[in-house]
Order: sequence, then structure tokens, then C-alpha cells
Amino acid sequence: MIPLPEADPGQRIVSLHDVKFTYDGGVEALRGVNLHIRNGEFVAIVGGNGSGKTTLAKHMNGLLRPTSGEVMVSGKPAAGLSVADLSRVVGYAFQNPDHQLFCTTVEAEVSYGPRNLGYHGPELSRRVEYAIEAMGLGGFSELPPLSLNLGQRRRVSIAAVISMDPRVLILDEPTTGLDAGEIRVLMESIGELNREGRAIILITHEMKVVAEHANRVVVMADGRTVLDSDARGVFADLEVLAKARLVPPPISLLAHRLASSGISRDIMTPEEFVFDMMRARGGP
Amino acid sequence: MRGVRFVHAGSQARALDGIDLDIAKGEFVTLLGANGSGKSTLCMLANGLVPHAVPGTFEGTAEVFGLDVSKYPVTVLATRVGMVFQEPESQLFCMSVEEEVAFGPENLAVPKDEIRARVEWALETVGMNGYNDRSPMTLSGGQKQRIAIAAALAMHPPMIVLDEPAYALDPIGRVELFSLLKRLKEQHGMTVLLAERDPEEAAVYSDRVVLMSKGKVVASGTPRETLLDVTRLRDIGIDPPQVATVSALINERLPRQAMSSITIEEAEVAVSRLLSTRPRSISR
Repeated sequence: MIPLPEADPGQRIVSLHDVKFTYDGGVEALRGVNLHIRNGEFVAIVGGNGSGKTTLAKHMNGLLRPTSGEVMVSGKPAAGLSVADLSRVVGYAFQNPDHQLFCTTVEAEVSYGPRNLGYHGPELSRRVEYAIEAMGLGGFSELPPLSLNLGQRRRVSIAAVISMDPRVLILDEPTTGLDAGEIRVLMESIGELNREGRAIILITHEMKVVAEHANRVVVMADGRTVLDSDARGVFADLEVLAKARLVPPPISLLAHRLASSGISRDIMTPEEFVFDMMRARGGP
Repeated sequence: MRGVRFVHAGSQARALDGIDLDIAKGEFVTLLGANGSGKSTLCMLANGLVPHAVPGTFEGTAEVFGLDVSKYPVTVLATRVGMVFQEPESQLFCMSVEEEVAFGPENLAVPKDEIRARVEWALETVGMNGYNDRSPMTLSGGQKQRIAIAAALAMHPPMIVLDEPAYALDPIGRVELFSLLKRLKEQHGMTVLLAERDPEEAAVYSDRVVLMSKGKVVASGTPRETLLDVTRLRDIGIDPPQVATVSALINERLPRQAMSSITIEEAEVAVSRLLSTRPRSISR
């Protein structure tokens, strides 16, 4: 593991101030977003198709620049920094790994980023080894990425980002197309990256994944953030969720329906539900 | 299907390994399996893409509405079975929604007036009437998926096969898609065959669930028969429906109960009953 530079865990690492963005052609994708990401947070950005989640995330590492408003990264205005500079702080793994992978081996893929940032020799090897290990890709180094299955390719695309050692890792819909086992393997690695102190920004509409992993959930609808809370608070707010084209996990819906019988509304897993039901029942 | 085996060209493993399966007219069947279980290959067999368009070795017999799949070309089978893939982008290629939906029947040399009527009916059925002149590329993911379904419906097939059609849809998009499929079955008597990794909707909408693993059918039965066995689901790489997990946990803790709920509605009733017979009130 590469020790992260000293940082105050509660400190703002990415800040957006009244960010608006209009695509060529006139689609207003962001309509004034204020958002602060702190060091070490695990934030889910959720919302329906077309709510602006990906557009928002792409502003955090300069892939898009705001039409108006300001983005701050590590306390500096992002406007004055190149994408290469920003990628040292904020890494972005695309939704479709195949848009990102182009090298002939996994190792070449993972070393591409740090090599471009000027690393070489032992430091380069250290970063590549760390990233391959962190994403559970030991043994795949010499294989062509395109010979791997989707779950593995997605892990390669994330390894190719964390080899640049970013403090913030943005994952755009990383669980799409993966089955339960593949999601578990992926999210375990992501959890470990978060425990190392990296902030994770997870763009998703998989509510079960959100319930299990995120400490903080930002709900987007129509180019705005409409709720910013912990996962429990978000799943308890059916009205805002519906406005954002989201449905909480079935277990949260069941808890809502049984609220008048004494079940808590902020249940997030089947285990919690059964525990709470036994409490409400007063014994076995 | 009887004794169906299929090995993709260049692969050692059997994608389908001895499948015997009957689907009745008007049934809503969900194929549930992890990635690599063979469910996509089975979907492609239903309209003849396997074995005609996908290179590989095919054994056994498969009939669709009495037609031997290996003897009839895809163009004939396509009038019996409409096919919808994971990503609608892979399927949409015309300049306008109307051209897209008319493409299939035009290729069958259906008369012009009849094509117009079919296009209007198909768009109406999927709730996209009025979008005739829009470019498919300007639509949202859920809308594109509905156009892909309309294009399949315009062929007037008695059966529709969908391979993970909710892949990229947001939660409300999923709900809308499954309600549409239910309507196609109930109002138009269509047979629906659907491949999925997530069992939550299968519990609510299917008449029958077929569990697949490693190219084999592991179990086939009603949602209750197949989805309550949470251990078996986990063994084949499927996260059980949350409500089924609740049933299993409650049955462990309260051995005299036999909770068999798999949907939110059922669990609401069952848990309300458990709460109203709480031990304290009995002892009073």
C-alpha cells in the first residue's frame, strides 16, 4: 500500500459551488449544484437515468468544465488545473471499462497512468503492484484485458485509476452487468480502498449496494441535488426517492408498510428487519 | 427443448449442457442465473440466433411453436419470437423511431397500410406514441428499451424473449418495464421469456422461474418453489429476494412458524400476523 499524504480526514477535498452545465445542443444537465466531498468519505450519488449524476462526477476531475460556477479540488480552483494534474487527486473509472482499456496486457494498462504522470523504475512498479493487488488481479498481469470477463475488466479499469494514487475515486455504475458474486468481490476491494483513507464516490442506482456500503447518499433529480443524508435517512424518504425515479430496496418498503405495527422505517437489510421484528414482537 | 447442448466456437465449456425445458403458451418465465450460467445462450436459441448466427456446436432439439429451430431461418423464427437485448443501443440503428419500429415488418414485405397500423399499435402498447419522428439516440435509456420492444412487437410475434432488459434502467424504469411485460402477457396473451440476475422482480411477475447454473437447469417451478430456497440460490451465485431471506431468518428463529413469503405484499400480511400474536399478549 502507498501511504497517502497527510490529510485531515474531515477536510473538504472536492467542492462544487453553484455549478451549472449545459451540453452543446442546449440540454441543461446541471442546474446549480453545491456539494462538498470530504477526505475519506464513502458517498453514493444516486438518481434516475438522465438526472445529471455522471455529468456532475465528470466535473470533479476536469473531464467537463462548468458553464458557470466553481469547482475546487484540494483547496485550489480546478479551472487552473489540467486533467492530468487533477487525476493525481481525483480518479475516474468509466461505466464501460471497454471505453478505457486499450493496452495489450493488464500490467501495461495499469502502468499507463502513472507512467504518463512521470513515474518510472521502482516507484512505478510499486504503484502497479499495489493497484493490481488491491483489485484482486494477481495472476492476471500478463493477460490481455479483453480476454477477461466483465467483472475482471471492470476491476482492471479501476486498478488503472488507483495506480495514479488518487485521494478520491469516482466509480461510475461499477456494478452494472455484474452478478451477485462479482459485485461482492468488487465492493470488498472498494471498501478496502476506502479504509485506506480514500474518498469513494459511487454513482449508481443499485439501491442494495448503496444500503450496504455508503455512509452518505446524495440524491439527484433533474440536474439538482434534492437530498443529502445518510442512507437510512434517504431510504426513509419515499417521496423524494420517487421524484428521483428511485425505489428503495424491497426490505425498506416492507418496513414502511409495517410502520404502524411498530417496525422502524429506516431498515436497510433483511437481518435488521428480522431483528427489529423480534424486538417489536417482544420475544420469540 | 430436449437434450440441448451448445459449445461456443473456440470455447471448451458447454454454454448449454443438456437442457430439457418446456414453456407453455402464455407463460411468463424468468431464467435466473449468474453470469456465464447459459441464460443468454438459451434466449438466443429461442429465436434461432443459436445455432444459425452464433458460431458453435449444437446438439439436441429445440422447437418454437412447432418449428424446429435448427431447420428454419431466423427470418421465419423472428415472426414467432421477438428478441430484445440488454443494451438497446446495440439494436437501434435507424434515423427515426418510426423507421426503427417499421424495419422488421418492411423486411417481411408487409403492405404499407398494415405497417402503419402495426407501428402505431406497437408504439401505443409501449407507451411511446407520438415519438414517431424522434431520433432513437435522443431518447433516455428506458425509452430506447421501449422502442426496442416496440420493434419486436411490430413483427406480431406470439412470444417475446428479453435478455436482461433492465440492465441499464433506473429503479422506476425497471418497474415500468416489468409492468409493460405483464400487460403484454395479460392483455395480449403473449408468452414472455426473460433472463435476469436479480430475483426481486421474478418473485412478483413470473409464473415460473428456471434456475440456471453452468449451462444446466438446476430447478424449475413457481416463484415460491424456487425462490424460498435461499441456500440453493446463494450456491448458484444469486442473492435471494430480500423478502425470501426474511422468511428464512424468521423460520430459523421461530421454528413453529412456516413463513413462505416472497413478495412485499405477502410479507406484510405474514409479519402483521406474527406481530399481533406477540408472546406478551398471549401470556396476559
